[in-house]
Amino acid sequence: MSSELYNDGPIVHRPTFIDGTSVEIPELKILKQDGSTYDGAELPDMDESLALKVYKTLAFHRVLDERMVASQRQGRLSFYMAALGEEAASVGGAAGLKSQDMIMSQYREQGALMYRGFSLENFMNQMFSNEKDLGKGRQMPIHYGSSELNYMTISSPLGTQIPQATGYAYGQKLQGLDEVTLCYFGEGAASEGDFHAGLNMAAVHEAPVIFFCRNNGYAISTPSDEQFKGNGIASRGVGYGIKTLRVDGNDILAVIKATQIARKYALKENAPVLIEAMSYRLGAHSTSDDPSGYRTREEEAKWQANDPILRMKNWLLAQNWWDEDQEKALFEKLREKVLAAVKVSEKISKPHIDTLITDVYDVPSTQLKAQLEQVKVHVNKYPEAYPFTAGKF
Amino acid sequence: MAKMNMLQAINNALDIAMGEDDNTLCFGEDVGHFGGVFRATSGLQDKYGKSRCFNTPLVEQGIIGFANGLAAQGSRPIAEIQFADYIFPAFDQIVNEAAKFRYRSGNEFDVGKLTIRSPYGGGIAGGLYHSQSPEAYFAHTPGLKVVIPRNPYQAKGLLLASIRDDNPVIFFEPKRLYRASTGEVPEEDYQLPIGKAEVLQTGSDITLLAWGAQMEVLQKAADLAANDGISCEVIDLRSILPWDIETIANSVVKTGRLLVTQEAPLTAGFASEIAATIQQECFLHLESPIERVCGLDTPYPLALEKEYVSDHLKIYEAIKRSINY
Repeated sequence: MSSELYNDGPIVHRPTFIDGTSVEIPELKILKQDGSTYDGAELPDMDESLALKVYKTLAFHRVLDERMVASQRQGRLSFYMAALGEEAASVGGAAGLKSQDMIMSQYREQGALMYRGFSLENFMNQMFSNEKDLGKGRQMPIHYGSSELNYMTISSPLGTQIPQATGYAYGQKLQGLDEVTLCYFGEGAASEGDFHAGLNMAAVHEAPVIFFCRNNGYAISTPSDEQFKGNGIASRGVGYGIKTLRVDGNDILAVIKATQIARKYALKENAPVLIEAMSYRLGAHSTSDDPSGYRTREEEAKWQANDPILRMKNWLLAQNWWDEDQEKALFEKLREKVLAAVKVSEKISKPHIDTLITDVYDVPSTQLKAQLEQVKVHVNKYPEAYPFTAGKF
Repeated sequence: MAKMNMLQAINNALDIAMGEDDNTLCFGEDVGHFGGVFRATSGLQDKYGKSRCFNTPLVEQGIIGFANGLAAQGSRPIAEIQFADYIFPAFDQIVNEAAKFRYRSGNEFDVGKLTIRSPYGGGIAGGLYHSQSPEAYFAHTPGLKVVIPRNPYQAKGLLLASIRDDNPVIFFEPKRLYRASTGEVPEEDYQLPIGKAEVLQTGSDITLLAWGAQMEVLQKAADLAANDGISCEVIDLRSILPWDIETIANSVVKTGRLLVTQEAPLTAGFASEIAATIQQECFLHLESPIERVCGLDTPYPLALEKEYVSDHLKIYEAIKRSINY
């Protein structure tokens, strides 16, 4: 069976199992919770201005999540998904890339889009499904996307973006671009068939794609020990013959370092990389979920002590790049801005009735145009029943 | 009798099914300890143990493939797909495997004990991935049965019949009605027939036909029409596959008119199949073209959901169109 594909062990003459958990996987940690770094740690390429950009993105993320969960509770917003406690994974991943790299995410990686510069107004308009939403008010809140920012629009079905990322990256390679694709997904989505298809094809077809798994311990109520066995998602990468890194997902420096290295490798070698970022979903799965039904406060408290944002702040303080006054001013300003933006966006009109039939195809079919006309006649007949569109066409 | 909402009625049916047969299992994403994201399987793990009611990994094709294996082995799996919008990774296991298991083996093997439960339908501000009504895809697959209840009483009786049916059954549950629909439900065991429509209101001018959550909307339209002196016969199809041609044809022979409404898009929806069959069965009795009131031929929208859906006003207009043809 010898071939360069196989790393043959010794020939044995009695059956000898390889244990399903025997693959040992190192975990990259650079930053301690107190803001100091581990001895000998190799820091990412990051100057003060990049560090502050990353931190301000984390702060914006925290504030937006807090405010939007509150807005949902007040009945102003239908739905929201926060990333409390795992913001470093998405922000750090984006910070380790170049702006031309494509990001394909699952749905809890708004931090990457924030880092790319998606405006507060754009976030709000999407969440309130109004006529200024880039997605034309068609998807539930948090399903963002921007071609300008190379951030693929989010799709709710889980794992579907994984093989797509492989294909996207293969195209980038074929065209000789200085680009990779980074694909986010959760450890739950890694159970989907699409995960296995995507990783295998990336390895076989040598696509410069970074698979970035946010292992946050839960898929809605299902803990990761009921999701998979073996040594996490990282061990899957090994199985598919993919270079694999595990990082402390709450350690922003480790996440950025891992992504920078992965990008270099993927581009240079035309090969995929898998990063597994270990974290914890401190909040609910979504505003429709209540974690008290399936986990304890004690368990959550353990992870609260690992707050990635506080950890980065401690590091910035130690560098003398940040102080408490700046901290206070930043959070106050962000809270004000977010609240003001909610008030503006929730009042903006819903999309025009014509958007009912656009984008189904490149141009609406004759049949669709006829269906739209029927709807318009009907809305005009019963304007009080269709307040979003009546009198607006 | 007890007052139950649809979730309680479904939970009650699952409880009865698991209680009567140790080989009956309930599983799916978040189905175990948590009791499912809608809580349809609440309490079942406590009562019947982790080996019979459990969380699965997040893989729909795996859930149904696993269920097919269990059913072939002789167990009675009740698999939950968390949202009907997410059933498509399992399409192969349903369409190529479950539906053809018996046929391809000459009845050497079958998965008749399989039941797939899944919440479907719109009206919950769910947008394109939490609102779909995919019944027509499965209705196009010989070997499956497709059942959709309209209220708690129907849900319990039809679910028990589906679980005990010796064919794979997809049981779509109208999630908009999970808590909104309540009614008297017997606590004891009972079954309602699969493949048999139910006439809910007799009338003489037009036959109105729907299934699932759309029944409520249909009734509202019938009430509006009644104010205009139009007498509507209202029928719940209940079972999409097989479907009760006889009851519908008999009604249309009497009324001379038919309106079918569904949440799903117009083109190639199940309403189209009904229209084709009824025009053949009742051609000489029809006074007007068969009306289909359906979603537009687009994905299910979010902001403009009201404009998109087959609401009572659109149905009411179609009733008048048919009467005044």
